[in-house]
Amino acid sequence: MRTVWQLFVTFFNIGAFTLGGGYAMLDMIERAVVDRRHWIGKDEFWDMITIVQMLPGVFAVNTALYTGYKIKGVWGAIAACLGAIIPSIVIILVIAVFFLEYKDNPIVERIFRGIRPCVVALILSPSIKMLINAKVNWKTAISPIATVCLIYFFRVSPVYIIIATIIGSLAFAFYSQNRLNKSKS
Amino acid sequence: MIYLQLFWTYLKIGIFGFGGGYAMLSMIQFEVVDNQGWMTIEEFADIVALSQMTPGPVSINIATFIGYTVGGFWGSMVATAAIVMPSLLLLFFVLRFLFKNKENYIVKTTLSSMKPVIAGLIFVAALMMMNAESFADAGLHGSNISVIICAVSFVATYFAKINPILLIIASGLVGYLVY
Repeated sequence: MRTVWQLFVTFFNIGAFTLGGGYAMLDMIERAVVDRRHWIGKDEFWDMITIVQMLPGVFAVNTALYTGYKIKGVWGAIAACLGAIIPSIVIILVIAVFFLEYKDNPIVERIFRGIRPCVVALILSPSIKMLINAKVNWKTAISPIATVCLIYFFRVSPVYIIIATIIGSLAFAFYSQNRLNKSKS
Repeated sequence: MIYLQLFWTYLKIGIFGFGGGYAMLSMIQFEVVDNQGWMTIEEFADIVALSQMTPGPVSINIATFIGYTVGGFWGSMVATAAIVMPSLLLLFFVLRFLFKNKENYIVKTTLSSMKPVIAGLIFVAALMMMNAESFADAGLHGSNISVIICAVSFVATYFAKINPILLIIASGLVGYLVY
């Protein structure tokens, strides 16, 4: 019971004080659960993160769930998850109330007109990093280009694109595994 | 029924949200702006900016914010619960399967071949925000300034790795001064 509460408090602190989302929180989580509390080992922690990165959903929430589960089972997972999201909910509710009240204020409007192009840049940057990270060449460039065209021009739901991609990637993985096995034997 | 729509929308995002927060953005944008018409793309961009400047997981911030804008307090609870729920259910499945097959060739190849599509998804989110309202509504002069803010912010975040929160504050200041 004590550990469950400590997990909640630890993740609450991380959720309340880390700016910059999931990856920024990772460092804080490692410091808290590995270095300070010695709940799990460093290698074990990073092995887990490798898997959590592949999962769908909110990365910080997944990290909290798996760390919590490893340390204290289902209740640990739930406590860590709630701890990670409650500060967000409270802070955002306060901001949302003010924002909806003042968004038509001319000064606020001017500020946000400056901010919007910056948000575009902040999203462009990770997409280009991801392209480089995925080692996209002229042959594989077809899939990001098709994705952009299908959503932007034909308004295809990203959900369908994700489903198609999962099926296609699975098929490709099985195909290349077969080929690998054949060339081995 | 607004709560049901919010729940279903965010459940889909929680299930299919591969590739992290930025990739989810295009999904959220598609659902909230295009599909449901709950808000304009400008309002969405503002929510993204505020959510990035606020502590905590950015996608949770966005879910709570959109939920509140669309359906008040209970809307925010429904949206946030719906985005977390698939993760919670997946936990048990993944613990059984994925942890034992960490080095599994199929799992690894599948996920790495999804990456180019995820890059495309993120790019679309940026592209959709580059519309006339955000970039040119004050004639040529105004549009130049938005383009400059965008270009400078891009160089600052991509090459100089300057903190995004500082960039948002600086752009807001520029907007206040020039518009």
